[in-house]
Amino acid sequence: MNLFSPETIIQISLALPALGIVLVLLTGRFPNLRETCSLAVAALLFLVNCDLASYVFSGGRPSWRAGQLMPGFDVAFTVEPLGMLFALVASGLWVLTTVYAIGYMRGHHEKNQTRFFACFAAAIFAAMAAAYSANLFTLFVMYEIMTISTYPLVTHHGDQNAKGGGRVYLGILLSTSVAFFMFAIAWTWKIADTLTFTQGGILSKAFSEGRVTEFELAILLGLFAFGIGKAALMPFHRWLPAAMVAPTPVSALLHAVAVVKVGVFSVLKVALYIFGLDLIRDTGAGEWLCYVAAATILLASLVAMTKDNLKARLAYSTVSQLAYITLGAAIAMPQSALGSGMHIAMHAVGKITLFFCAGAVYVGAHKTNISQMRGLGRAMPLTFAAFLIAAISIIGLPPGGGSWSKWLLALGAAQSGQTFLIATLMISSLLNIAYLIPIPIQAFMVPPGEKPMPFKEGPMLCVVPLCITAIGSVALFLFADSIYACLLPIVQ
Amino acid sequence: MIEFLQYHLPVLLIAIPLIAAPLAVLLSNRYIVQSLALAVCWTTFGLAIWMVAIVNQSGPVSYELGGWAPPYGIEYRVDQLNSFVMMFVSGLGAMVLTYSPYSLKAEIPLSQHYLFYPMYLLCMTGLMGMCVTGDLFNVFVFLEISSLSTYALISLGRTRRAPLAAFQYLIMGTIGATFLLIGIGLLYQMTGTLNMADIAEQLEAQRLVNDGQWAGSRTMLVAFAFLTVGLCIKMAVFPLHTWLPNAYAYAPSVVTAFVAATATKVSVYAFIRVVFGIFTPQFAFELLPLDTALWSFSLVGIFLASIAAIFQQDVKRRLAYSSIAQIGYMLLGISMADVDGLSAGIVHMFNHALIKGGLFMVVGCFVLRLGSVQMDDWKGAGRTMPWTSFAWVLGGLGLIGVPVTCGFISKWLLLTSAIHNELYPVAILMLISSLLAVVYVWQIVEVLYFEEPSEKAKHATEVPPLMLLTTYTVVGANIVFGVWTTYSAGLATKAAKALLEGGSL
Repeated sequence: MNLFSPETIIQISLALPALGIVLVLLTGRFPNLRETCSLAVAALLFLVNCDLASYVFSGGRPSWRAGQLMPGFDVAFTVEPLGMLFALVASGLWVLTTVYAIGYMRGHHEKNQTRFFACFAAAIFAAMAAAYSANLFTLFVMYEIMTISTYPLVTHHGDQNAKGGGRVYLGILLSTSVAFFMFAIAWTWKIADTLTFTQGGILSKAFSEGRVTEFELAILLGLFAFGIGKAALMPFHRWLPAAMVAPTPVSALLHAVAVVKVGVFSVLKVALYIFGLDLIRDTGAGEWLCYVAAATILLASLVAMTKDNLKARLAYSTVSQLAYITLGAAIAMPQSALGSGMHIAMHAVGKITLFFCAGAVYVGAHKTNISQMRGLGRAMPLTFAAFLIAAISIIGLPPGGGSWSKWLLALGAAQSGQTFLIATLMISSLLNIAYLIPIPIQAFMVPPGEKPMPFKEGPMLCVVPLCITAIGSVALFLFADSIYACLLPIVQ
Repeated sequence: MIEFLQYHLPVLLIAIPLIAAPLAVLLSNRYIVQSLALAVCWTTFGLAIWMVAIVNQSGPVSYELGGWAPPYGIEYRVDQLNSFVMMFVSGLGAMVLTYSPYSLKAEIPLSQHYLFYPMYLLCMTGLMGMCVTGDLFNVFVFLEISSLSTYALISLGRTRRAPLAAFQYLIMGTIGATFLLIGIGLLYQMTGTLNMADIAEQLEAQRLVNDGQWAGSRTMLVAFAFLTVGLCIKMAVFPLHTWLPNAYAYAPSVVTAFVAATATKVSVYAFIRVVFGIFTPQFAFELLPLDTALWSFSLVGIFLASIAAIFQQDVKRRLAYSSIAQIGYMLLGISMADVDGLSAGIVHMFNHALIKGGLFMVVGCFVLRLGSVQMDDWKGAGRTMPWTSFAWVLGGLGLIGVPVTCGFISKWLLLTSAIHNELYPVAILMLISSLLAVVYVWQIVEVLYFEEPSEKAKHATEVPPLMLLTTYTVVGANIVFGVWTTYSAGLATKAAKALLEGGSL
């Protein structure tokens, strides 16, 4: 088992996606070989990550310093439970998405598939490196690499729609990260003299020494919360629906898992290891952020209800669900932070299933709008069954994994005594039911129009992954306690 | 032999291209001249690297020209800073020249080629000379050598507006040079010497005699003002930038690539020398509010020039305005007057030379195949010229300052320096202004990749491998020096420390 030291495993799991880029580019002319390479690299990465996880979750904190980019600013990696969980989720879902993408891209005769798979690997590389990052500087570098490497994916179709979507995507993500995030990092560095993620935060010492006031802390937290545009906190959420011009596998992996999760993961990292939960709570720095997050949860859900395009509805649902995670960081109770951490995994598995379903419906039945999907359940029973299960998880009902994370978030809100937040969570769950459940119900219950539809699922390579992730979101419900136990060290 | 070469290295850097230039005119055969120029440029680059190694190993080198000891004779003095500048100036000069043949054939009449190379070599001589010399009057002489050859190079442009642009530059450049000369004259009047280190010593001695008051400070102020304004014209600092857009836009692509990558940077170097080497930062930034003046002009310039760039349809002109903005970042760094800021300014000289050199080389590639610098004609060229287009993306990312490109290194150093000095508004404005670069770079990316191909782009083919190779070397260096900063940020920091601690040359 212990073939490699944990440090080596970090290097391997960063090198694998990088190798994937090269292999995909080299084998571009032979699609079958190219996809084999993609899959092999993805599978290997997941296995390597599992190995690393067994070490990290049993208390190990492997680290590797790659080098110094500038005097005083290292590119370094340290794996802690939250990052490990994120890396596991991202790499595990990469395997399934690769399978799905092969089915989708071929079923749909997309062009430029080599570029597509290469950029995909680049995005995963950035996600891995961000997950392992040992300091804010490394995190920022990887965050930006991810923005750039996903741009060709978002604009894959290369038409005017793609151009417009890409413009919003790049515009919002780059401008928030440069204007707010980068500034916040430099400011933190000035206040705390370090950027290393430290258990309990690095700003609390500076605060007790009077180097920063409560008001400044609140502003700093705001710069982080809005600067990390990938967390899609309103009003900087527009890029997420705009990015839905991408092919569905991109939306699935990147906009339900990698890109958005890097965003909320960064927010959580900042809350836990830069500020420290105690500092946020004691200074009230996170109070206003609770309101913004709560508002985003409700508003995004309301907007989602108005969308007839399935991907657009899912996009706004994502905006709303991401705000849950930010909310958990803003409440800054141990339970809520754990809930946020778990929600990263729960929502990832649930939402990727929903996107897979949307894509399968598009490839199999060429339908994009919800109103066209009535009665489609008889033609595509597996797809819509998976949709139902995943929707239950997103809403937060048993037996979906999402119920645990939402429960913990509500618990945290109750502990902090902010009852209106509990109310928000409840209302939001009702809204989730309202905009998600009708889709599979109508697909199954409403009789199809004049001509009955034959049984016609999407391509096999699309249907199998979405069944696996649907089962996964139930499995997460059953094994939630072990995830909870693994994450517990982050708040101690 | 090696020791002999090593001893004479500082002067060889100048002498080799200087002697090769008239030789090239005499030879007058296109192919021979071209080979000669290439050999000279690469030799100079090799020697410059050697020079950097020597300085790194054993500290600053002083060379007495003709055996006359300073301050009476002319001294060539090489330290961390100017060896670094000379290295990238000669390196880019060599790289652009290697890239040039196809582009020259398309843009300059064959009969004039043998005249292009001497001018190019002279320009390089002038730029290298400005760096290497320790004598203030010599700086002026080399500045004029490089400027005059640049005027000639610009006027080689294929449209009839090129001579006009060159003339415009000639007027502005001559005013700048005259100002410089007046400033030098005043300093000479005060100190009786032209050796920069000696001037600094004399000024300091006079100050000590006067109980720490700046002696004859009126004359000193006037001299400083003339020198600053003169150099600001050559640097194209807003609002003294008016010569630059036309000069860059109408010059042949090769000339633009070379001049944009080197000329303004060397002027910035000379400015650093004047401020930190002759006058002291105390004089410039404490007695005089040069820092406030610099960063306000820089910021206004960055914003206006970046906005102007967004509205240019002519890609060369767009990059020209971007250059004006980027000079602002360098001055912003210098105006911080601490190690972080100064090294940010110095490293941005280097990084921007790579970025702009690379981007103008990309433009040259497009001009070769599309015959136009208008955005409309570039539409859809991403399909027919994928490699060239991708080079634009890479260079553009550097210009924007995305991590793992060298532009990020400059931006980050500048930001941390501004924050460190608690200049929060400057930091914020600088960051916001850098977003304008996203707009003017990405507009081209969108034109290349998302538009239906124009008539010209439809029939375009990829440029010759040699051009791609050299372009990618420079553009690739953007990425290399964005990851591996030992010899960019590292050297710049050392140079900045030496300047601030020693104060002397």
